[in-house]
Amino acid sequence: MVRRLFSGRDTDLIPQARMSGPMPWVIAIMVAMTAIALAAGLALGNAVSAAKAEIEGGVTIQILEPRADVRAKEAEKAVAAIKDMPGVAGLRLVPQAELDALIEPWLGTGIADATGSAIPIPALIDVRLKGPATPMKLGAIEKALKPVAPSARIDAQSNWLKPVFKAMLSLQVLAIAIVALLALALTAAVLLAARTALGTNRDTIEIVHLLGGTDAQVARVFQRSIGYDAAGGGAVGLALALVVILVLARRFSGLGAGLVNNGALTWSDWMLLALVPVLSTLLAMVTARLTVLHALRKML
Amino acid sequence: MTADGEIIHFDNVGLRYGTDREVLSDLTFTLFSSRFYFLTGASGAGKTSLLRLLYLAQRPSRGAVRMFGTDAITMPRSRLPQLRRRIGVVFQDFRLIPHLSAFDNVALPLRVAGHREEDLAAPVRDILDWVGLADRMGARPATLSGGEQQRVAIARAVIARPAMLVADEPTGNVDPDMALKLMRLFEMLNRQGTTVVVATHDLDLLRKVPDSLIMRLDRGRLSDPTGALRYPPRRPS
Repeated sequence: MVRRLFSGRDTDLIPQARMSGPMPWVIAIMVAMTAIALAAGLALGNAVSAAKAEIEGGVTIQILEPRADVRAKEAEKAVAAIKDMPGVAGLRLVPQAELDALIEPWLGTGIADATGSAIPIPALIDVRLKGPATPMKLGAIEKALKPVAPSARIDAQSNWLKPVFKAMLSLQVLAIAIVALLALALTAAVLLAARTALGTNRDTIEIVHLLGGTDAQVARVFQRSIGYDAAGGGAVGLALALVVILVLARRFSGLGAGLVNNGALTWSDWMLLALVPVLSTLLAMVTARLTVLHALRKML
Repeated sequence: MTADGEIIHFDNVGLRYGTDREVLSDLTFTLFSSRFYFLTGASGAGKTSLLRLLYLAQRPSRGAVRMFGTDAITMPRSRLPQLRRRIGVVFQDFRLIPHLSAFDNVALPLRVAGHREEDLAAPVRDILDWVGLADRMGARPATLSGGEQQRVAIARAVIARPAMLVADEPTGNVDPDMALKLMRLFEMLNRQGTTVVVATHDLDLLRKVPDSLIMRLDRGRLSDPTGALRYPPRRPS
């Protein structure tokens, strides 16, 4: 089948100059841009998925009691009250040393020594739920904590990143829209190229028709010609895109931000990127075939 | 082909281009198998237009056309290639494909008919040898003389052994010796059963094929629609 698509003496019916003219380079640019947009979309998707998986079941409980001894007791009772709840996968009372380290970049060390009293920092309990933190689960935790730790405040971690997720989702939709627009632009470019080639080779086509050639035979010639151009241009475009993607990946990994690092492309993503020139070639060939068949129907 | 040997029948056919006046009017005639026809007439009489109808490059504006037993007017477009493969055409301006060699130009009808590559070489070589161009097989049309191009065009027209050969001024670009040779070639094909239709205004040519029938076009109308009369008239024996 593939051999039939890309071989045959009837390819010679119109002058064939492989990888010449603007068409392969237009396709190369389209494929490069499509692959880059797709890679960006996939990386964003991966980052969102990884971040969601990491924090969707995360709940932070703050014990806001200002008195240190009462706060410590409430924190212990809170841990005891929720650790055996069915929806809880695990929890951890964040040690005081860790809390001090959290505020150290702003307030420094030795505040208690310097001022005579420590800043009342809320006690933190990091809870992992089985599955996402739904309002129902949060309500159950709140209900369990009310009698033992009245100063407790419960926050689902996913709520904090909701605006970030929304922004990333918008970017992902944008990437998909760009891919779709580029496919449309590729179709239009091939359509114009096929029409121009038809006009240039009109005499030859008429002769082939008069000698008994079918529309399908003529269309196959154009389909192959554009197929070669698209395959060559696609390979160049993909190579270009890979260079850009790898350079960008290096730059982003240098940022060291968790959310960005999670956006690394998986093997299936690379396979999908490799499919871009293949699909572009198929799209170009189908477009060329349909354009030529449509135009030939107007000839006798 | 019908039982009585009819291969083409035109009934009250007219042809106009766009909204202009008819270039062909009220054509009613029948062509029979294995006959040799000359189509004559002054320049602009409509010879080329009639030939275009015969080799299915054009549909008539009115009338009925039956070709090889098929209604060529109502026939779906998809069946045209099959019908065209039964007709060989020699165009007035040769219409060889410029980027193909003489060999590939001649092989074209066989290729479009789906013949295998390995089956092409022998018949193409034979036919090019027949028209005296065995040594020019690899030449592009631009490097051939007018006469050589004409012969390549004829070889292309006859290679697939068509039921009907249509030639538009086939001797217009060749010297008298070559013209005679081409006529002998057409006669030979005709003897093998091919109906030959040659459009020409060369009256000498008509005398060279004594058994031919003449159709004379005058301002788009056939003045001898039966094709039974000869011009110039046959001398009484």
